[in-house]
Amino acid sequence: MQFGIFSVGDVTPDPTNGTTPTEAERIRAMVRIALKAEEVGLDVFATGEHHNPPFVPSSPTTMLGYVAARTERLILSTATTLITTNDPVKIAEDFAMLQHLADGRVDLMLGRGNTGPVYPWFGQDIRQGIPLAIENYHLLHRLWREDVVDWEGRFRTPLQSFTSTPRPLDGVPPFVWHGSIRSPEIAEQAAYYGDGFFANNIFWPKDHFARLIELYRTRFEHYGHGSADQAIVGLGGQVFLRRNSQDAVREFRPYFDNAPVYGHGPSLEEFTEQTPLTVGSPQEAIDRTLRFREYFGDYQRQLFLVDHAGLPLKTVLEQLDLLGEEVIPVLRREFESLRPAHVPTAPTHESLRAGGSRGGTTSEEGTA
Amino acid sequence: MTTRTITVISAGIGQPSSTRLLADRLAEATTARLTDRGLQVDLEVVELRDHARSLANTLLTGFATGPLGEVVERVGASDGLVAVTPVFSASYSGLFKMFFDVLDPDLLAGTPVLAGATGGTARHSLALEHAVRPLFSYLRSVVVPTAVYAAPEDWAGGGADTALAERIGRAAEELATLVAAREPGSTDRRDGFEQPTPFEDLLFGDQR
Repeated sequence: MQFGIFSVGDVTPDPTNGTTPTEAERIRAMVRIALKAEEVGLDVFATGEHHNPPFVPSSPTTMLGYVAARTERLILSTATTLITTNDPVKIAEDFAMLQHLADGRVDLMLGRGNTGPVYPWFGQDIRQGIPLAIENYHLLHRLWREDVVDWEGRFRTPLQSFTSTPRPLDGVPPFVWHGSIRSPEIAEQAAYYGDGFFANNIFWPKDHFARLIELYRTRFEHYGHGSADQAIVGLGGQVFLRRNSQDAVREFRPYFDNAPVYGHGPSLEEFTEQTPLTVGSPQEAIDRTLRFREYFGDYQRQLFLVDHAGLPLKTVLEQLDLLGEEVIPVLRREFESLRPAHVPTAPTHESLRAGGSRGGTTSEEGTA
Repeated sequence: MTTRTITVISAGIGQPSSTRLLADRLAEATTARLTDRGLQVDLEVVELRDHARSLANTLLTGFATGPLGEVVERVGASDGLVAVTPVFSASYSGLFKMFFDVLDPDLLAGTPVLAGATGGTARHSLALEHAVRPLFSYLRSVVVPTAVYAAPEDWAGGGADTALAERIGRAAEELATLVAAREPGSTDRRDGFEQPTPFEDLLFGDQR
């Protein structure tokens, strides 16, 4: 089981004092958070990709390349890389380059993006979101696996005798997760290729995601990649921790109440009950996260959102200390003891290079 | 299968409200006509007022939970819908619109709908035709030809032969005819989870 954090990269005023970080401060904070993730023993740092204010991470591989140079074990990933509006050729090149620089500590999560204007800004049409995701990934998949590609599709200029360079490190393409919050087509796509499926369930109730993941697992088996319970599933989560539950609630409430996504709507208590958001003690986060497994089956990657809604860097780093010291070690142990032997851990560069298209089944694989 | 599921949506604000009064009359008349056809009716009346906060939350979060989630599920599984709104500012009320805004756009595709409205003056009656009917057309529902509007004076007429009673009867008959003719539980929706599009169709669908 891999544990990590994913960042949206929003620049949001701190509602408790009205201060807003500059872009420079926010970018430096994201890097600091990524480095801290490795320090406290997490496995994965994933950055979002956005092309509009108030978000800073428009160029994920630039940021991840910098983080790669300053870390040793951390897996660098995205949440998500826009498969609709990026040129799949550029994704192939950028992430292969990052793979080489990071000694293989790279995977990526593909998503469609739901910001309407980003599509026309990049010459695309949001109504073609699914067909773009399907066709662009099919090309990306080939570019990493075939040295010379002839290709023609609906959305991109044709390619003749094209070789994407550098070739993937050790001939092993980065592992791909497909992220979706509602589209069965994306679950189908992930299943078809035997790729991972990431359900960012942080804003929605579990029933919806149970259905999406079940579809992915069923179709993963249908396409012959293994049994349904061997499919590679990742989940989002959202925590705010203090040693004492009441302190966590009191401190987080103004950030919750004013959060860009759900602020001014449901109460903190309602949202905590309905979604995976956990505001409380480390033990509460442990109990809640272990329950994900009961709903969704054994899964391979858990990412937490910890640095949004204007939370100060100092607070976020404290969150990572609590996660790293008190939450993750227990979760790692518990999940590992519950995982049946035939269920793989998350694929890593090493496990893929070693020849399994899936991850290994040893307990240490994929963990830092 | 001899049972039909009918859900009545009332967006009245007061308790009691004349909107609920009209909704109950329409529900009763529809039930009677389905019963006449030998069908059993599973009827539930939903007061949107009870879900006002949940509706506001759902607009922000994108998901309906708890009792509102159950209402949405029931509406999606209904064989017919009676939808009644007060007319506010020349259109349906905001509360009424919020409910239909949180539904998946194809949740009511093919579902027979009887639309009703109440208002402070008969001059607002065409709101049913210029606002409510197009809303259901967008949702691809089948709205019965007779929409029922009740102004204050309509509640003053006596007996079953008033203009309002006549319209209620006609509209209920139209709804019952459509509901009875439909396979219970049928829908024009395609469930992408139950019937996923095979990937080869997603990838090459346009070339076949």
